[in-house]
Amino acid sequence: MSYVADVAALTRKDLRVELRARDTLPAMLLFVLATLVVFHFALPEGTGDEAAYGLLWVAIVFTALLGLARAWVPEHEHGVLDGLVLAPCDRSAIWLGKTLATLAFLLAAQAFALPAFVFFFAPLDGTAIAGVLLADIGICAVGSLLAAMAAAGRARELLLPLLFLPLAIPLVVGGVGAAISPDAERYLLLLVLYDGVFAVLSWASFEYVVTES
Amino acid sequence: MSFAASAIRSLPGLAALAAGLMGLAILLSLFVAPEDADQGISQRIFYIHVPIALTAYFCFGLGAWKALLLLWRGDERYDLESYVAIHQGTIFGSLTLITGAIWAKASWGVWWTWDSNQLVLFLTLFLFYCAYFMLRFSLEEGARRARSSAVYALFGVVLIPISFLAIRLAEDFIHPTTFTREGPQMTGTMFTAFCVSWGAVTLLAYVLYRVELAGKRLQSDLRELREALQ
Amino acid sequence: MIRALGIEKRYGRRRVLTGIDVSLAPGEFLIVTGPNGSGKTTFLRILAGLVAPTRGTLQVDVDRAQLGFLGHEPLVYRELTALENLDLFGRLYRVPKRRERIGMLLERFGLWDARSERVVAYSRGMTQRLALCRALLHDPDLLVLDEPHSALDEEGVQLLDRELAELAGVKTIVVSTHDPARVERFATGRLALV
Repeated sequence: MSYVADVAALTRKDLRVELRARDTLPAMLLFVLATLVVFHFALPEGTGDEAAYGLLWVAIVFTALLGLARAWVPEHEHGVLDGLVLAPCDRSAIWLGKTLATLAFLLAAQAFALPAFVFFFAPLDGTAIAGVLLADIGICAVGSLLAAMAAAGRARELLLPLLFLPLAIPLVVGGVGAAISPDAERYLLLLVLYDGVFAVLSWASFEYVVTES
Repeated sequence: MSFAASAIRSLPGLAALAAGLMGLAILLSLFVAPEDADQGISQRIFYIHVPIALTAYFCFGLGAWKALLLLWRGDERYDLESYVAIHQGTIFGSLTLITGAIWAKASWGVWWTWDSNQLVLFLTLFLFYCAYFMLRFSLEEGARRARSSAVYALFGVVLIPISFLAIRLAEDFIHPTTFTREGPQMTGTMFTAFCVSWGAVTLLAYVLYRVELAGKRLQSDLRELREALQ
Repeated sequence: MIRALGIEKRYGRRRVLTGIDVSLAPGEFLIVTGPNGSGKTTFLRILAGLVAPTRGTLQVDVDRAQLGFLGHEPLVYRELTALENLDLFGRLYRVPKRRERIGMLLERFGLWDARSERVVAYSRGMTQRLALCRALLHDPDLLVLDEPHSALDEEGVQLLDRELAELAGVKTIVVSTHDPARVERFATGRLALV
């Protein structure tokens, strides 16, 4: 199916560009590790594990924002986004390619961050990690779209966090709940619902964000 | 006759009706409805707080509907209608937060509590729709801004139920529920007062929506005339 | 092939285009001239469908697959090589016999030797040539070229002129330029913006 081929070509392109430029992924890695160290000093003596899980999610959200802020930068150099939009492929394929690539980077950053978290703070069980993975999908799906929206205007670095954080609240609830609640399945279901609804919405509406007519 | 002129003609009637209904609602809420046994006089804020909250939802829904029409039909007139609806929704949302805080202070002695799902939801939405205005402010007028705003408005209305679910779930580990929920059992008179109030606030919101929309359209018509004359 | 009536474009208070009427039949060659800031780029972007006009109607009888656009910017990825860039767009445009076509274009525009270097290492002239390859890759019926001669060196200009000579009359072409004398001989229509 040519749609799948388009998405594959676009995702491959994004991965290749990042591997060559090598600026976003290392920054995300360093940022998340540095944040965890700051949290150690921010948490007072005797704080329970639960506070640590909360801070983990703050770290995840802000690391993701760092990555998302740079997601469309290659498309804005030399005006490439126009080239993609003019191509006969479905515009939603552009979004999907970008989302999958951003997801790959976020997962790569977390592959370091989560073991570091376990090492510094508290253990993570299966449901906690499932929560992280599910939330990642939601973060990248919505974040790619919002990043494209913000990139078209002024003050794009300021705008993306403002647009994104209210939408991230259900994800944080789901993620933290999956980590600390005995009834973790409900929180995972919330994340699945969020992902399903917002991924479809982002997929369908991306076309309108990058075109004018 | 232009849209703006004909809109203003029907508005005075609607505005008078809204004013009248609001007056009736105040009368019923403050004087006619029986006083609540538990909470006393502070409970009367319920008659204004909940209708304002419901009206805010209504405005956000209207904004999202207009946004959908914009994307679907491609007619840029819907952009202004969506924006004004969301603007009204944000105003009523702020009023919800304010009246909610007053009620919380009067009932429980604190200005804010994370226990009230309603208030937490509105805070989230308030942040979301403030970001909506930041988005509009950062984009130049035109198709790009109209479309992005419309998409964001749709995200907002979808966020409402999902946030509500999330906040309900979050009760488990954020705070144990120690306060009783809002929405007392209503007797007949209370129910009537509530309904009148709800109708009045909704109509008021609609009138304000029409007034603001007409005003903004006049402004834009005027600007176009000026441009054409240059 | 193109029918534009009363095209106007405003950015806030600033009016960039006023009341443009253009009609183009297949095979014609339109030159768009005007000083800097007269709206040439904006007009071409409207023709390509990237920008919506504030007023006016536009009818273009080709879809995206048949449109080749060269913008003010090269529209190629800095971090990818020429081959990788053209391969990506070749896939997106479903170009048949993709590899052969890419090889042929790179050769035509003198980029074959630099095909595996990243665009970030290219000179402005080479980047512009690659941008032209990208615009021509899928053999479009309608070409919209925004100041294609700019940034090209002498050799690049000759390559472009040779290409235009072959395509004129066969494809429908819209070119904006600072230097109309260069493409005057192909022109079937002129639009002067102020």
